Amino acid sequence: MTSSSFALPARAPSLIQRAIVERYVPVGTMVLALIAIWYVAAVAMNWSLVKDAFEREETPYTVSDVLAGTMNAERPLLPAPHQVVNAFVDGVFGYPPMAPRSLIYHSLVTLWATALGFALGALFGIALALLIVHSRVLERSLLPWIICSQMVPIVALAPIFIVVLGAIGLHGLLPKSIISAYLCFFPIAIGMVKGFTSPDPLQIELMRTWSATPRQVLWKLRWPASVPYLFASLKVAITISLIGAIVAELPTGAEAGIGARLLAGSYYGQTVQIWAALVAAALLASGLIGLVGLVERGVNSRMGAH
Amino acid sequence: METRKLRLGFLLAAAAVALAFVLSLAPDAQPLAARPIIPEIAATAGVLFLLAVWFADNRATVASLVGAACAATASLMLLHDDAIAGSAQIGFWMLAIAAWLAVALALVNLANLRQLRRPQQRAVSLLVPLLFGLTVFYLWEVAVRGFGVPPVLLPAPSAAAFRFANSLPTLAEDFTQTFIKGVLIGYAIGCGAGLLVAILAHRYQFLSRGLLPLGNFFSALPLVGVAPIMVMWFGFDWPSKAAVVVLVTFFPMLVNAIAGLSASGHIERDLMRSYAASPRQTLAKLYLPAALPFIFNALKINATLALIGAIVAEFFGTPTQGIGFRISTEAGRMAIDMVWAEIALAALAGMAFYGCVTLAERATTFWHPSYRT
Repeated sequence: MTSSSFALPARAPSLIQRAIVERYVPVGTMVLALIAIWYVAAVAMNWSLVKDAFEREETPYTVSDVLAGTMNAERPLLPAPHQVVNAFVDGVFGYPPMAPRSLIYHSLVTLWATALGFALGALFGIALALLIVHSRVLERSLLPWIICSQMVPIVALAPIFIVVLGAIGLHGLLPKSIISAYLCFFPIAIGMVKGFTSPDPLQIELMRTWSATPRQVLWKLRWPASVPYLFASLKVAITISLIGAIVAELPTGAEAGIGARLLAGSYYGQTVQIWAALVAAALLASGLIGLVGLVERGVNSRMGAH
Repeated sequence: METRKLRLGFLLAAAAVALAFVLSLAPDAQPLAARPIIPEIAATAGVLFLLAVWFADNRATVASLVGAACAATASLMLLHDDAIAGSAQIGFWMLAIAAWLAVALALVNLANLRQLRRPQQRAVSLLVPLLFGLTVFYLWEVAVRGFGVPPVLLPAPSAAAFRFANSLPTLAEDFTQTFIKGVLIGYAIGCGAGLLVAILAHRYQFLSRGLLPLGNFFSALPLVGVAPIMVMWFGFDWPSKAAVVVLVTFFPMLVNAIAGLSASGHIERDLMRSYAASPRQTLAKLYLPAALPFIFNALKINATLALIGAIVAEFFGTPTQGIGFRISTEAGRMAIDMVWAEIALAALAGMAFYGCVTLAERATTFWHPSYRT
């Protein structure tokens, strides 16, 4: 311990340098390459569109005019990156947060559905895992069906869920959350079954020699042992529940949310708006994963990990 | 389960059957005893449950399963009476409860069987979930028809099955449009491209260092959101659906295949070098086989993602066929039984697809420790 802390200052710069060379340079190159490809593709795909527009108006044009046009077309096939960024920034900062054109508003709507669905799915998944771990009958009869349930393309169920729940009198947030919960409970249930059964037989036998009750075994052995599995599956589940919330907004004709924004953009041919909504979804996804990662770190340090 | 509890359970089931004879089935319905055939079937169920009480061992499992089948048949036959369907009362529910209880006890018995030989073990592990599923469908059917749930809310499974059988040509068209054209083509291209790029990245370290974080990032994104853009680019027909599927399946394959290609050990690589194997030979004989478990993992993940991607893409515009198209239009027309028939189709297709991938995995990675136990 001490020797490494002494050695650290001398080695630190080289470590950082190596990290930069090994990690950030390749990623940076890839991102730049992607952006370059994007620009080239934007020119190529919008070229005939812009040229046709010039010809329709019968105004004389040069190649550079068309080139400039492809960068700022109003309804391009593929908007240039800076257009998307502008639209995104405009959507976030250009309107008051609760205005129906603000991306913050739509992101929040989707975020609530995601959060509720994620919470429901996590609770349901953990409960299922508990049942499966404690009952052989349930393990054998339920587990195959849980796996089968994932083969059902659940988005197919979304419109029905909305119809059925709407008939019972539930509107808005809950149907979306249920769909996202249905999508995200699976990785949690499977991961937690693995986690709850991860303590090795020796430890379980030790608990038995202490004549621990099943509940004590659960709280003092199985829960702590399953924490790494819990967070691994939570990270998978939270992106899935975001996908679920967005997809649930598609067929239901929701008037708010990222999915609704995508649908409206596709109806009215507002490509830039679609891309801006996609950027918002991407940021939301990475933010949510980061959040789970933060909680994981906090829990780990509370549990005494280094 | 203890024998005493088991006996008590079967006794309760028999008592429930007996109560069905006594209590009223529905407000204006004939009592059970006054009907033809049905009381005999129900009585058989009751006798079998009593036999199960007597045996309380493996023979009881068989008796209770046959008895449950009898009780279920009796209750389903009763539902043909219009006086009962929709306004069933406690007497009718007693039959359903008896059937459910008997199956549940039989399942407990079956699942707790130990020290079986291999084929028996396999049969039991197939039978238990199958019986469980049948029971769920039975309870769904009985509940929907007994309580008279409006078909707009939730159709009985029999209604959906009937609709399925009667609209096979439509379903076949939708299946070809969505699954054969959209999913399969997109899946093949997406997974193939992912694997190729992974092989390239494996060859050039720089590429893999740059691609891996990006691949992880992209595979966590809600990529189905690109569906409207793909519909705009490739039109309403299947190419746009295939394009969405390509995008959705590419990144999981890329990430998994890169991980898999570096899964082979140092010793194996050194061995290949000492054989003077060319890079291509090393790839074909060492890296790819070692990566197979990872590749199949991605193929399995992608099997579900592909179906979801194709169906979502259909919400943004299709020619007038396809599973997603049919679901959204039929849901709009409140023809919920047709929607459920389509869902059953999608589920069957998804399970068959997944099953095929699993079989291929068994056939090609038989050497992996997880299959050798």
